[in-house]
Amino acid sequence: MLDYCLLILFSSHYFKPMDTSATLVKNLADQYGRSRHNLLPILQGVVEQEKYLSESSMIEIARELDMPASEVYGTATFYSFLEHKKMGRYIIRVCKTITCSMKGKNQVLLAIEDMLKIDVGETTPDGTFSLLQTNCLGFCHKAPTMLINNDVYTDLTPEKVRDILSEYLTKSKEGGQNGN
Amino acid sequence: METNHQLKRADFIFKNENDWKEVLRKNINRPPHELINELISSELKGRGGAGFPTGLKWKLSAEVDSDIKYVICNADEGEPGTFKDREILSLVPFKVLTAMAICGHVVDAKEGYIYLRGEYFFLKPELNKAISEFEHYCKEINLDFCIRIFMGSGAYICGEETALFESMEGKRGEPRNKPPYPAISGYMNKPTVINNVETLAHAYTIFTYGAKRFYDLGVQYSRGTKLFSVSGDTPKPGIYELELGMSLTDFVNDFGDGDTKAVQVGGASGFLVPRKRFAETTIGYEGKLIGISLPTGGSMMLFNSSRSMFNVLDNYLEFFREESCGQCTPCRVGCQQLLKGIKAVKTGEKNAGHLDKLLRLAETMQFTAKCGLGQSVANSFSSIVENFREEMIY
Repeated sequence: MLDYCLLILFSSHYFKPMDTSATLVKNLADQYGRSRHNLLPILQGVVEQEKYLSESSMIEIARELDMPASEVYGTATFYSFLEHKKMGRYIIRVCKTITCSMKGKNQVLLAIEDMLKIDVGETTPDGTFSLLQTNCLGFCHKAPTMLINNDVYTDLTPEKVRDILSEYLTKSKEGGQNGN
Repeated sequence: METNHQLKRADFIFKNENDWKEVLRKNINRPPHELINELISSELKGRGGAGFPTGLKWKLSAEVDSDIKYVICNADEGEPGTFKDREILSLVPFKVLTAMAICGHVVDAKEGYIYLRGEYFFLKPELNKAISEFEHYCKEINLDFCIRIFMGSGAYICGEETALFESMEGKRGEPRNKPPYPAISGYMNKPTVINNVETLAHAYTIFTYGAKRFYDLGVQYSRGTKLFSVSGDTPKPGIYELELGMSLTDFVNDFGDGDTKAVQVGGASGFLVPRKRFAETTIGYEGKLIGISLPTGGSMMLFNSSRSMFNVLDNYLEFFREESCGQCTPCRVGCQQLLKGIKAVKTGEKNAGHLDKLLRLAETMQFTAKCGLGQSVANSFSSIVENFREEMIY
């Protein structure tokens, strides 16, 4: 962790971030402001566009807000929805908390793994889907449940989840810049 | 215990939102002390789980002298088994907004925030629409009050009020030491009233119908109604508004599947009540079953005899281990060790006596952890291990 922070700190002097990230961060900072209390909305804005926080975008945020990159990293990594590893276009988060677990979460997860040929924590090679587990989504009365990006799917069964994913696959093949 | 009176259902929260303009106009023309007294005499207690008297909270904040104050609605509903706040915000958002503005009038705050958990992002567009309609009306009646949504990003601990402030200030969601309490020094170190979504919805009821109507419901120390999120092994999972003070036997008779082995009251940070204790358990604040200092209010999870209590506890501890902010040692290390410990006993690596050591560790966490998360792990841990010891071992 310390090593990684140092790496970020040092690299901020030498590393030229990608332009798209830099523009995005600048726009977000213009929109929300450049104070510390604007940090979370800016981090969320980057994640919404790029699905994760790259090292360069965190450095860029630090520069815009005039704060240490290690602090940006420290804050960002606290929150489970602020990914700092490259993610697919659609992030699937399957609820693993008690009621969903009791009501067949494992079968749902197996169906997804089987269909997408990835395990929890992995992304499909074409970068379309990432599969994660998450804590209580607040739909225990309709368990099991999952999120795909910001959309909730409830009362899941293996069949239902296969239908849902097929729709996403079709949507993704049809193309469309952001697909959301 | 055969004399079952039925559960007393009520229907306040999800009804009659349409008169919000009238309720707002009427109440912002009343003097603050009158509104505070109304809330205090209703005996409304916080519905997030901690049960602090709402009127007192408003009063404390109103008495502090400060040019900037805040009203925050805590919509970081993350307790396993709780899903009522989402329903309130999607069905009757204007009740919550109105109560926030009345609170602003009472304590003299001009800014309100709704801290909405990241998982509920899909609520944001509709809620923003409601907010603009609301603010438009505020302008019409010359009320200076604005409301903004602040999104969370998937951290259970941010439901703890001081962690929530840290998060809003752009930091890691690590709870602060208390005192100072939020009413004196909260968001941006300014006096802040922070209420759960449901608490605000009840405040709306009180300001609409008067304190007496609310006070007459429920039982002593536990006045009014409460939303219950019912899930697990039940034929009718969902959200129900019930009067406080019901016995768990009545609850299980109504909601159980005929084979209920235990009920988890108050979510993972609450207590597990085994069948033999249903009759002596009532749901309300004096029973200390919902009174935990995290947003636990109203989660009722039923387990039937097909469920392994080891798996249940294992799931809870996994949850706490992940959601502990890691700031204080008792909680960070305690959650890890409890989880490791029960697994070791289950596999036979440690003997059954190890469970007693773990119970003592849980007790230590209760006294030494910094915030409600670490302090309340012992609730579910001890109530499960003590009542289902054999399931932990075999």
